Amino acid sequence: MTEVADVAIVGAGVVGCAIARDLARHGLAVTVIERAADVGEGTSKANTAILHTGFDTVPGSLESRLVSRGHHLCAAYAEEVGIAVEPTGALLVAWDDEQEAALPGLVEKARANGYDAAQCIDAAEVRRREPHLGPGARSGIEVPGESIIDPWSLTLALATEAVRANAALRLGSSVEGIEEGDDEHVLVLSDGRLRARWVINAAGLFSDRVDRMFGHDGFTVTPRRGQLIVFDKLARGLVSRILLPVPTERSKGVLVSPTVWGNVLVGPTAEDLEDRGDTATTEAGIAELMRAGRAILPPLLDEEVTATYAGLRAATADRDYQIRLHATQRYVCAGGIRSTGLTGSLAIAEHVADLLRSAGVVLDPRGDLGPPPSMPALGEAQRRPYQRADLIERDPEFGRLLCHCERATVGEVRDACRSEVPATDLAGVRRRTRAMNGRCQGFYCGAEVVALTAAETGRSVGELTRVDR
Amino acid sequence: MSGRSDGARSPADPDVLVVGAGPAGLSAAAELGRLGIAPVLVVDREPEPGGIPRHCHHAGFGLQDLRRAMSGPAYARRLTRLAADSGARLSLETTVTRVDPSGAVSLVSPSGLAELHPRVVLLATGARERPRSARLVPGDRPAGVFTTGQLQQWVHSHHLPVGRRAVVVGAEHVSFSAALTLREAGVETAAIVTDLPRHQTLGAFALASRALLRIPLLTSTRVVAVHGRGRVSAVEFEDRISGRRRTIGVDTVVFTGDWVPDHELVRRAGTRMDPATKGPLTDGGGQTSVIGIVAAGNLVHPAETAGSAALGGRRVAQRLAGRLRRGDVGRAVDGVEVQVDEPLAWAWPGIVRPDDVPVRVLLRTSAFTGRRTVSVEQAGRVLGRARLRHATPNRSLSIPGDWVADVDLLAGPIELRLV
Repeated sequence: MTEVADVAIVGAGVVGCAIARDLARHGLAVTVIERAADVGEGTSKANTAILHTGFDTVPGSLESRLVSRGHHLCAAYAEEVGIAVEPTGALLVAWDDEQEAALPGLVEKARANGYDAAQCIDAAEVRRREPHLGPGARSGIEVPGESIIDPWSLTLALATEAVRANAALRLGSSVEGIEEGDDEHVLVLSDGRLRARWVINAAGLFSDRVDRMFGHDGFTVTPRRGQLIVFDKLARGLVSRILLPVPTERSKGVLVSPTVWGNVLVGPTAEDLEDRGDTATTEAGIAELMRAGRAILPPLLDEEVTATYAGLRAATADRDYQIRLHATQRYVCAGGIRSTGLTGSLAIAEHVADLLRSAGVVLDPRGDLGPPPSMPALGEAQRRPYQRADLIERDPEFGRLLCHCERATVGEVRDACRSEVPATDLAGVRRRTRAMNGRCQGFYCGAEVVALTAAETGRSVGELTRVDR
Repeated sequence: MSGRSDGARSPADPDVLVVGAGPAGLSAAAELGRLGIAPVLVVDREPEPGGIPRHCHHAGFGLQDLRRAMSGPAYARRLTRLAADSGARLSLETTVTRVDPSGAVSLVSPSGLAELHPRVVLLATGARERPRSARLVPGDRPAGVFTTGQLQQWVHSHHLPVGRRAVVVGAEHVSFSAALTLREAGVETAAIVTDLPRHQTLGAFALASRALLRIPLLTSTRVVAVHGRGRVSAVEFEDRISGRRRTIGVDTVVFTGDWVPDHELVRRAGTRMDPATKGPLTDGGGQTSVIGIVAAGNLVHPAETAGSAALGGRRVAQRLAGRLRRGDVGRAVDGVEVQVDEPLAWAWPGIVRPDDVPVRVLLRTSAFTGRRTVSVEQAGRVLGRARLRHATPNRSLSIPGDWVADVDLLAGPIELRLV
């Protein structure tokens, strides 16, 4: 309690971690407060895993500018640290008159967003590119710049770099109140107090609440639930691009997308909720997605389903990012950031750093930042550890397969529990290694993975699986 | 004619590579050795051989194929010794990552990467239970959700804590086995639920285990949601007849049965698949549509007992040994397809031809039926009829295969239907 952080960042999602990395590497003493037990546990973990071009954002909005810049920064960063990205491109497919009529406007909108590569293609071209599309697919728009990405590793890489630059990561701690001060604020946390000169709100689903703690009433977050269905890897050959819906007045539609892990994903639904923790799937949601999947890509339904899950986006009435500098309060709000936050994260961090500079905060020019972290190769287009003779020769644990469906090795699970931002629970192991995320969901490996995780983390299995004895 | 990839073969390459050291794979290897086929290499990705019986600690294994009763682990050891005694080599913690249609097989193990060029690959990769997600059961995603396979390893191999009170979803043989495992782990089973009107295990087994365990059986009941943040707190059901819903408070739910073949390798090798079993289409000898790839056990018929899988492996090995001795591996499956009409769900073998008469043909139904007659027809011509006993979903029936001798290769698919 004696030390004072230069900056306290509330929220260790992709946005909070990107800001923490940027500021810590500029010499500030940063503490990140996160209510969950791991980074990226909120909106950052359950999304459609797409690196957007921003072609369909609202022209002139802050989101448009930051997503467009973030796309380039993020693609370069992913390349640098070894995060799986596949530049598949996207195809918007029209299925009726209304959607077809909307296409030219969307190409115009893309141009207004500074994206010139989107172009209309006719129905024959659409089918030539995606021959498994269902009957009734009409013309469409090709957006070659859209990519698929591993969103979990992005958050993790940013957090790792922040920690390397001496940022403190305070997990399992939530903000209960803020005592504003003239020179420093005191954050009242669930597990103590923290003094900080500046506070940055990157609290995602809870960003409006933190904003209110500073006396603002600018926006309200409505959790928007998106349910998703992940199909078996044997479906991956059915689709080569992200198949985007054409948004209309009536519906935003459902997308079908390959994933970097080699699956096919269908979703999301869009349901406005009140409960900021309700990530349950529902009968109606799953039925809607199965219907959409059958219409868009009929042979998909012959394949097994690997997983169903739901995520919550931080939707606001304003439809734009809520990024504001309150210089006199030494407070920056970076809230209301919806599903594009993944793509925008690095540009949002730049923008926040600029806001701080404008308020007189001194950021050291970049010095020796050390080599970038090297993230585990989790993408199917990458060379996975089980495929590398050199790695297995050095350490046979990379030749010892633990999760057979995802081909995750003992070496990877071990390393995930010993890394700089280590996995401390099963969900953390799953996101860092893919273990148990495959088609059998633990039928073969569940007991082994849990036993190894317990041994590596020093936690009991009862604790890891929340057995109430 | 010899194997298709002899050009690339080296002295280290086995004649037959068996993938999967479960009952089917081990029995096939033992039989190949007995019939003089060598070298035979069996690989398995697990550290111990034996497949699923390794984790089934109740009695009743071995009766069908070895004529004596033993526990699952004892049975696994016995099959392993029989394969080793016949001369087969066994390589554990060895995962086949790809079977190329050309015949090359890629492997990984703690000693590194390898590529083999066997004359024949015998795939016996088995089957798994569909997990909760594949059954599209909505709700929260808490801890405490199992399949039987996971539960058995949890309890028997690792002695990990399970929970206090469970629901078992499914009422097949394996479901009652799950209830026994739960009892051993000190977990009370609140109910066994099935969406079908009756349980599907042997009457005696069901009666004995339910009497022993005093577990209510909820029939015509489907699971509509799993509740609980962090840990399962309740499971919600719907009575399929009344539509009424209710919730039972439990901290554990075990999804049992509903088997699906582990078919990734065989599909990626480009074999034609049977949409009903989701296994590869084969003839009675296990030959697939790809030259040099044969399949046996629960990969082709999900899921039979361990003994049936073992006998299936043995039969496929006998047919394969005969062909290998004639120097004949260079044939893809040929013949006519066997199709079924509701309520029949599938038949095995899925391909027949008159020079390849199987002793029995396996059948499954999707509904309970009384004693009915199955009619075998081709292009409107009746090839044979057979009386069936009562049919139970998730359990096989068999009919004699003598009608296959009368199949006309040019007259289109065979149709099996109940009359």
